Amino acid sequence: MSKLFSTDHKVIGLQFLFTALAMLAFGGLLAMLLRWQLGWPGAPLPFMERFAPEGMPGGIMVPEYYNMLFTMHGSVMIFLAIIPLLVGTFGNYLIPLKIGAGDMAFPRLNMLSYWMYPVAAAVICAGFFVQGGAASSGWTAYPPLSTTLGAGQVCWIVGVLILGFSSIFGAVNYITTIVNCRAPGMTFHRMPLTIWALLTTAILTLLATPVLASTLILLLCDNTLGTSFFLPAGLVMDGVMRPNSGGQVLLWQHLFWFYSHPAVYIMILPAMGIISDILPVFARKPIFGYSAIAYASLAIGGLGFLVWAHHMFQSGMNPVLGTSFMVSTMIIAVPSAIKTFNWLGTLWRGTIRLTTPMLHALAFVGMFVIGGLSGIFMASTPVDMYIHDTYFIVGHLHYVLFGGSLFGIFGGITFWFPKMFGRMMNDRLGQWHFWLTLIFFNGIMFPMFNLGMAGMQRRIYDYTQYAHLAHLGPLNRMMSVSAFLLGLTQLLFVANFFWSLRRGPKAGDNPWESTTLEWTTASPPPHGNFATTPTVYCGPYEYSVPGMARDFRPQTQQGSDPVGH
Amino acid sequence: MLLPPVASSIGPAIDRLFYLILAVTGFFFILVEGALVWFVIHYRQRPGRTAAYVHGNTVAEIIWTAIPAVILIWLTFASQRVWATIHGHIPANAAEVEILAEQFAWNIRYPGPDGRFETADDVTTINQLHLALNHPTVIWLKSKDVIHSFFVPAFRIKQDAVPGRGGQIWVKPTRPGQYEIACAELCGLGHYRMRGFITVEPWDQLQQWLKETKANE
Repeated sequence: MSKLFSTDHKVIGLQFLFTALAMLAFGGLLAMLLRWQLGWPGAPLPFMERFAPEGMPGGIMVPEYYNMLFTMHGSVMIFLAIIPLLVGTFGNYLIPLKIGAGDMAFPRLNMLSYWMYPVAAAVICAGFFVQGGAASSGWTAYPPLSTTLGAGQVCWIVGVLILGFSSIFGAVNYITTIVNCRAPGMTFHRMPLTIWALLTTAILTLLATPVLASTLILLLCDNTLGTSFFLPAGLVMDGVMRPNSGGQVLLWQHLFWFYSHPAVYIMILPAMGIISDILPVFARKPIFGYSAIAYASLAIGGLGFLVWAHHMFQSGMNPVLGTSFMVSTMIIAVPSAIKTFNWLGTLWRGTIRLTTPMLHALAFVGMFVIGGLSGIFMASTPVDMYIHDTYFIVGHLHYVLFGGSLFGIFGGITFWFPKMFGRMMNDRLGQWHFWLTLIFFNGIMFPMFNLGMAGMQRRIYDYTQYAHLAHLGPLNRMMSVSAFLLGLTQLLFVANFFWSLRRGPKAGDNPWESTTLEWTTASPPPHGNFATTPTVYCGPYEYSVPGMARDFRPQTQQGSDPVGH
Repeated sequence: MLLPPVASSIGPAIDRLFYLILAVTGFFFILVEGALVWFVIHYRQRPGRTAAYVHGNTVAEIIWTAIPAVILIWLTFASQRVWATIHGHIPANAAEVEILAEQFAWNIRYPGPDGRFETADDVTTINQLHLALNHPTVIWLKSKDVIHSFFVPAFRIKQDAVPGRGGQIWVKPTRPGQYEIACAELCGLGHYRMRGFITVEPWDQLQQWLKETKANE
């Protein structure tokens, strides 16, 4: 019990890890059901009748159930898998270890922030078991639709609200810890880039999540108390005139995206930080342009608050507003480009070791580039008019959130697994998992751009209804097969994870010959992390320093700082 | 598989913009992925080689900040020209049609000979929109219940119909034929089948069709 309700940041980080991996698997299963319907519209899947007698009677999916599946797939992946993995897991586990602190500034608040998360997950997923089924208005929950759907939608609102509080508690903790609890000598400019990224993320969370919370409360009122924050006069639903008046439909979109666009950066910045930490270790070279990457994170964080309405170019908001948001959206591509070129600069003239974590980090760079470049299409307001709400967008977001965030997460897990559990993961199995994941990921996501260019809308249960989409069957089936194989491939990761947990070779303190503070303590680190508080003498990426016996200089090694911070 | 055939006056400009962005992003895609693969092969760990001890380069940082910034600003200006055409002045001679979207149909209303909506000579249809060839038509969008989005892939146009607020878009079809209207904004369980049909025909044929439709009402 004491282990279960621990205030140790490492235990909390691992609790986030295991819960979020379970949610990741659940979200993946939902995606495979979606792909079944898209590959073979209306084909029965008999065993599913046992799990969803109303959603899939006789194993044949009904449209309402399809809408629930993509709503819950998006919500589970974004709110319950990617954010808890990147921010909850790596934030909690790494911040104290990387800055030389014994624990978080507020350990109890930290424990509370974890325990609100499974509660939120349970409430959101409870929608599947209530009258009318789970939420089905998309993860964006646009009213008026989201006010017409009953108990499952209310579960969704309440669950996301609870999760918002968890995020806010975490963010307060991260900021306080990073600002106040750094070891002697750990100046801001000697912090690993993961810490810069997590600090930026925490600031974004703290500023944006309260807006989401307020917005959700307003939607909850519209859903349950008969208020009209988002509902104008004159709505006729199922032949009945609704009594509402005075609300604004677009208000929800502005408020929702004011949180949810920064949330996109909450879901990518930590992964950028993680791979900025992994690349130098396995290129045996200092990170190229440390300050440029750190400040690019801050720039993305700042600009991230000025781009939200690019989700609304075709909503009927003033086209001049569309122009200004096009400008900010184009500009936010610049700091991402800066980071990408600096990562390439890090590889340039390195001596690259192709370990499993390094492969995932390299894939992050390669796939994030596709995600980022494809974003430029929809930044252009006229092009967006055609591709908005098509599969082009779905492709773009999956290249960022899977190609980017999830490869970053796999990189992070395989990189810090030895520290977390004291044992090495199997590298051969890891490489198989990596290559198959990369192939099948592209097999499903890249054709989405083609579907979008052909004009296939997102969130449609049966595209064969449309003459202009009828020829897309073979492509959709190929994508679905890739999706199932991608799901199957993840069993390799699960097997490797649990096998290595018990049978992996002992890791030692510093198996990757890395420089940062977490590698100077035992694997796994004891309670309190460090026997004595470490003192930091140099930056986090001192690899291949000329004239040294070893090709890396730990941050705790005494001597003058070559960079002079 | 590139963009499908286009059938509106604004479509070619949007397609050109799409291909321009495709060319620019395609160039950077090949550059970055090529460098990534080349570095991984060329700089892989081999006996006797040591990594360079380099922390960065200010000139390089300035170059790879400035070049993307200039290109992105250029794309912004190119996009704004087309955007201004789409949302600028509606052509003075534009015909008018009103579309009231509801779960899950498009209620189409023509003003009739008097040129005014909500009068006795209005012509109404469900899901059947006829438009005049080479003549601009402004479409006034309304919604009865939830948000719908009026999407005509062949015209490259998409505009939300927002309850309490409406929406507007104008279009000049340039090719006669049959096209589809799709709903692009999730609107409930029948969203996937909220499909409409467009016929583009010469002005005279359209007038004839309006007369016949009115007679059959």
